[in-house]
Amino acid sequence: MSFAIDVAHLQVHFGDRRAVDDVTLHVPYGQVTTLLGPNGAGKTTLVETLLGFRSPTAGTVRLHGLDPVRTHAEVVARTGALLQRGGVWFPMTPAQVMDLTATYYEQPRDPREILGVLGLDSCARTPWRRLSGGEQQRTLLGLALLGRPRVLVLDEPTTAVDPEGRQVIRELIRAERERGCALLITTHELTEAERTADEIVIMNHGRVVAQGSLDALAGDAVVIVDTSQPVDPFELGRRLGCVVTVDGPTRLRCALAASPAQVEIITAYLSEHGATLTNLATRASLEERYLALVADAVRESS
Amino acid sequence: MRAWWAQTRAEVRMTIRRGETVLLTLGIPVLLLVFFSLTHVSTVPTGSRVDFIAPGILALSVLSTSLVALSIATGFERSYGVLRRLHVTPLGQRRMIGAKIAGVVVTEVIQVVVLSLVALGLHWHPHGGLAGALTVALVLLLGSAGCAGIGLLLAGRLRAEVNLAASNGLYLVLLLMSGIVVPLSSLPAAVRHVALYFPPGAMADALRQVLTHAGGVSVTDWASLALWALVAPLLATRTFRFD
Repeated sequence: MSFAIDVAHLQVHFGDRRAVDDVTLHVPYGQVTTLLGPNGAGKTTLVETLLGFRSPTAGTVRLHGLDPVRTHAEVVARTGALLQRGGVWFPMTPAQVMDLTATYYEQPRDPREILGVLGLDSCARTPWRRLSGGEQQRTLLGLALLGRPRVLVLDEPTTAVDPEGRQVIRELIRAERERGCALLITTHELTEAERTADEIVIMNHGRVVAQGSLDALAGDAVVIVDTSQPVDPFELGRRLGCVVTVDGPTRLRCALAASPAQVEIITAYLSEHGATLTNLATRASLEERYLALVADAVRESS
Repeated sequence: MRAWWAQTRAEVRMTIRRGETVLLTLGIPVLLLVFFSLTHVSTVPTGSRVDFIAPGILALSVLSTSLVALSIATGFERSYGVLRRLHVTPLGQRRMIGAKIAGVVVTEVIQVVVLSLVALGLHWHPHGGLAGALTVALVLLLGSAGCAGIGLLLAGRLRAEVNLAASNGLYLVLLLMSGIVVPLSSLPAAVRHVALYFPPGAMADALRQVLTHAGGVSVTDWASLALWALVAPLLATRTFRFD
């Protein structure tokens, strides 16, 4: 199978420091893969290596089956990228920089159409330095889309973007996936990953610590119950017929798939003990799973 | 070609709109031309002050645009992530540098026209005829390529703030030691000899030989200009870093 992004046993060292350590990652066309990890996890180094800013110390990196350093021109002609520290000339407006960048590509999209889709019509003639952070970010995303890319690499695309802007970006991500584009997105925002990712890769200290679909990473079925005051978990477990563990002063974790009947048992039990249900979640959130995985990795490395 | 041409037009537009660049590339050369032509703060070896100063100021205009303005603008583009973004587009390093150099050439044509008109207004009498004009064009082109190479060499490796200081420092040193407004004969022998091995010194000397003395350009000047024009851009391309 030919992958859009194919990373095998990648290592990138800066002196003695291993910024990326034995990372293997495959992204097929038509899939959104989200790269999660704390600061210094190696996400940006991985992205920069994918885009040909540096050569691997060991291992291989291929985009569209091509080496991004040796065949850089061919790779970037088919790849769109939004970089964390990518900028635009200060006096230029979104319309001007879109028009200019469109000349770099053989068959670019219509810059006006992209400005419209990204909701940038009202500021299309505003100089870059006067745009808000969200408008700048959406312009950079528009520039990444101009060349009809088959691969999109987006480094923190929703940073500084307001909720309406985020919705626009989410829709664009879905549209690009539908078009058959492969997307690799790095983010700190776990809720964004939950909403758009087909596959999630969690990195820490340069290594991949977990990889899989959202369901696979979130783990087995579980009901998380938040109560107004502490209650006995063993008795509740006996009534539900499952293991119930304490996960905080007023939080219980029940190892079962939620059903209306079981929710009824839980509310009745709480009521009997003078407590009320303040929140009920049907599985561990990605955030909880992420924090646990990163904590595990830290423990293992120390 | 379409990308290169569009990028070149954008470079020229941005150069013209940057106030500090206009001051550096036109304001200061015009000011120095007028000041040193009309005052007697320095001794000149020719009868007419403007006949000595004008060729030097033409060399200064190339130094200002090709080396200093180009280097500072490129350094800040690197610092602001503009070059990083361009690296992941199909524009490519060669077309980007080619557009920058073409933008510099266009700016220099404007400079030469403006400075020549001001100098003529100060009773400048250039020599050389058509052959001289062609020689001057070639000297300016080679000098421009050499200076641009040095400018991009600095901009492609140094931090924007360090590059800003280095470019301005180099501008001042080369302005004073290259025989642009101060005759080389007034400078210490060691400086005099070294000056001709750098593009601004070789340019000022070559332009003066043609425009003031109606003579030919020395082999040393041609060799110096050609070597810098070849080596500096090559080195800049090899060592340039986008981030």
